[in-house]
Amino acid sequence: MLNLFFPEKTTVIVGLEIGTAKVAAVVGEVTDAGGVNVIGIGQCPSRGVRKGEVVNADLAAEDVRNAIVEAEKSADVEIASVYLGVTGGHLTSLNTHGVFTAASDDHEISQPDVNEVLANAKVFSRPSENHVLHAIRQHFTLNGQAGITDPIGMLGGKLELDMHVVHGVTTRLQNPVRVVKGLNLEVEEFVFSGLASSLALLDNEQKQMGVLVVDLGAGTTEYVVYADGVIKHTGILAVGGDHVTNDLSHGLRMAPARAGLLKREHGAATIEGAAGQTLTLTNENGFPDRRVNLEHLRRIMVARLDETFQLIDEDIGEQGFHEQLRAGVCLCGGGARIRDIEKLAEEVFGLPATLGRANAVGGLRSATDDPELATAVGLVKYGAIRQKSQRRVGLVGKLKNLAGSLGLF
Amino acid sequence: MTSTETTPTTAPAKKQLTIKVFGVGGCGGNVVSQIHGADFGGAQLIVLNTDSQALAQCALPYKFNLGLKLNGGLGAGGDPERGRAAAEEDEVRLRELCTGVDMVFICAGLGGGTGTGAGPVLARVAKECGALSLAFVTLPFECEGPKRMRQARRGLEEFKSAADGVICLPNQKVFKLIDENTSVIETFSTTNELLAQGVRGIWQLVTRPGFINLDFADLCAVVRNRHSESSFATAEATGPHRAKEVVEKLLTNPLLDGGAALGEADALLVSLMGGPGLTMAEVNRVMEQINRQTENAHLMMGAAIEEGLGDRLTVTLVASRQCSHAADLPKGVEPGQPEPQPASRGGEDFDLLGSAIASKPVTRTAVAKPESERVAVAVAETGMEAMAPAPVATSRSWRSRKKAKAVHPELGLETVTTDPFQQSEPTRHNGVNLDVPTFVRRGMVMN
Ligand SMILES: Nc1nc2c(ncn2[C@@H]2O[C@H](COP(=O)(O)OP(=O)(O)OP(=O)(O)O)[C@@H](O)[C@H]2O)c(=O)[nH]1
Ligand SMILES: Nc1ncnc2c1ncn2[C@@H]1O[C@H](COP(=O)(O)OP(=O)(O)O)[C@@H](O)[C@H]1O
Ligand SMILES: [Mg+2]
Ligand SMILES: [Mg+2]
Repeated sequence: MLNLFFPEKTTVIVGLEIGTAKVAAVVGEVTDAGGVNVIGIGQCPSRGVRKGEVVNADLAAEDVRNAIVEAEKSADVEIASVYLGVTGGHLTSLNTHGVFTAASDDHEISQPDVNEVLANAKVFSRPSENHVLHAIRQHFTLNGQAGITDPIGMLGGKLELDMHVVHGVTTRLQNPVRVVKGLNLEVEEFVFSGLASSLALLDNEQKQMGVLVVDLGAGTTEYVVYADGVIKHTGILAVGGDHVTNDLSHGLRMAPARAGLLKREHGAATIEGAAGQTLTLTNENGFPDRRVNLEHLRRIMVARLDETFQLIDEDIGEQGFHEQLRAGVCLCGGGARIRDIEKLAEEVFGLPATLGRANAVGGLRSATDDPELATAVGLVKYGAIRQKSQRRVGLVGKLKNLAGSLGLF
Repeated sequence: MTSTETTPTTAPAKKQLTIKVFGVGGCGGNVVSQIHGADFGGAQLIVLNTDSQALAQCALPYKFNLGLKLNGGLGAGGDPERGRAAAEEDEVRLRELCTGVDMVFICAGLGGGTGTGAGPVLARVAKECGALSLAFVTLPFECEGPKRMRQARRGLEEFKSAADGVICLPNQKVFKLIDENTSVIETFSTTNELLAQGVRGIWQLVTRPGFINLDFADLCAVVRNRHSESSFATAEATGPHRAKEVVEKLLTNPLLDGGAALGEADALLVSLMGGPGLTMAEVNRVMEQINRQTENAHLMMGAAIEEGLGDRLTVTLVASRQCSHAADLPKGVEPGQPEPQPASRGGEDFDLLGSAIASKPVTRTAVAKPESERVAVAVAETGMEAMAPAPVATSRSWRSRKKAKAVHPELGLETVTTDPFQQSEPTRHNGVNLDVPTFVRRGMVMN
């Protein structure tokens, strides 16, 4: 469909994140060689979103329009469709398992067998009102031999498949889609924002070694675990920078707007060096109007951030992924700007932590270096992978909605 | 740092609060008298009744006979509609009384005519004037009959939709608390004492400088516009294990339904008071134990030193439960034909409010206007209080201000919300509400 609007060779792909803090549209260009370059960015503060979900469609639509218009200007393209990031506390993930048993042990695995095991893995219990967002192939196991990426043509009697599934409440997934469609934009696909961010930041080596990506947004914190080159786990906490601000506003007794400013200017994920220090705040006339204990500010902040990381740590610990994360933790989202956030992450997870950079794409530095843009940039990357795979899959047959079916994640 | 914000954020100075305690009807008057007896120097106590004889017997200085024209000082005769009509007759007076007041306590016994009918009118007027209104009410004994009880329940619902918060202490429940052979009158005075304690506890909470500050803004955050019904209890303990014992006492208190009220609460206010020996560790121990009883509640804590308490540690706990349907409950019966007017008993003598009203400029009469309110506060805080045109006390903090702004002055409806998470569902994780600040849930204490 994009090809109708743009010349054949360079495909333009747009990633749109309707975040809690900002709406970001990133325009990317897929080069002939298959690389992705960011050629334009549009951003707008977000007013219609709470905890990652649209609560005011009119405001959200206005903000999306502004971001899209800016992106169009910036990239000098006309945007007709987007890959849309979605998130929210209603998302659930799980790993499923499918089995196919052949009549004999020297059966040659064919495409229909793979289809059957896929269908089998997709049978799992979920609420009827939920929609499956992603069903991502992890590995095939053939006659007990694990870790097979493509079993077609191999011999075996028992084919198994592990899959990672993300699903969410259909009506809640539709809200942002409706906003976008209301602006006469097509939604190519909607993608879990955390997954998109991870695509922007990670290279194959990190995915192989095992890595945890944490996207610290304003209303939500998304995370994704990779090991052995595939997605092992995803999760989301409806907690973010807004909570930090709200905690500060309660604890320091000040308006949220002011607490937000203080957070950015004097916040950190450590109390080191804050003991006994006082900030003198000035009012709009420049007169000192109150004092704030810097240590209190930091302790309130650290408590929230520490808790957020701990909740994630507990979750991935329960799933048993802790030992598999040899590439450590990779942080993005606005929260990655918090001073010493990587140190706190190292402390809580007991793993090396780094601030992620969108290494997976080239082009505008402002896009690839901006931690807030990881999701939108990753959506472009996702689109590029999908369109490539669709082209390939198209030759074999109809295999829709199998994101990552070719092991690209 | 520099800030472009226009709203001042100075924490409210506790002494500046204007608080009035109203007793409405016979029971209300008795409770307020009890509060007065207990060396309660801080707030102005005002008694309102339709019954001039009852007023005459009341020893308090500020009293007012409601609905003299309508009822001639003969009381409401157990008819809430007459109580309401009486209050509405004198609504202008009530408004004057509530103007410029930060906080209004309303004490009333539900089941009769005056407290049940006039009380909610007062609560509404107080709220319209921008005051935080808390009602402390009783429900009748079972032996008083089902009609009275029904009437009382309707009154309770009206209070709930009119006041910010209602603390209800059924006489029958209190009856169970004490010796079977206790007379009704003695039970009354026990209830009265408990209600008085409640008023006093909250009054202390917002007026005493505490070493862990819990102030009026926090109270507003817990109760304002919640229209909730709250449970409430106080306990006291001494000795080396007082921190543990005081919570045990609280949890076995029938007024908290054996602790169940805590589990159900979605907001909890805890006020600790002890002598100079009160330690941080004790505060933490108390909070830890209370925390364990409640998983989802928004918790507010304050602690203060009271020289006079010596070895005693007292904990006052208000547990409130959101009552979502309170606002749209049917109003009581349609007002009937006004009764023929009885002869007046010369109730003019009972408008003894002169100085009660004069304590604040009488020019501040209008319903709080959101915009001018904001300006007024800004002006007041630059030291020109005399010029402040709006009826809002300077001591209210951003929280109450914003909330007031969100309220439609006539309808009492919330049109805007300031809670950043109000429009979304609470973030729950294993039963814990993560929207509540982490430092609060962790019981972290800022020294
Ligand atoms: N705890 C307590 N309850 C009381 C007291 N006096 C009355 N009550 C209760 O309160 C209910 C209402 O009684 P009143 O307060 O006398 O009624 P009123 O509001 O003055 O209304 P009218 O009689 O119509 O003037 C009664 O049904 C009793 O259950 C009291 O001193 N203490
Ligand atoms: N320097 C900083 N210090 C602390 N928090 C920051 C900083 N910069 C941005 N943030 C916070 O990051 C959040 C925005 O991150 P973002 O990833 O854009 O959110 P979302 O994707 O949910 O819109 C906001 O809560 C903002 O306050
Ligand atoms: Mg985000
Ligand atoms: Mg009476």
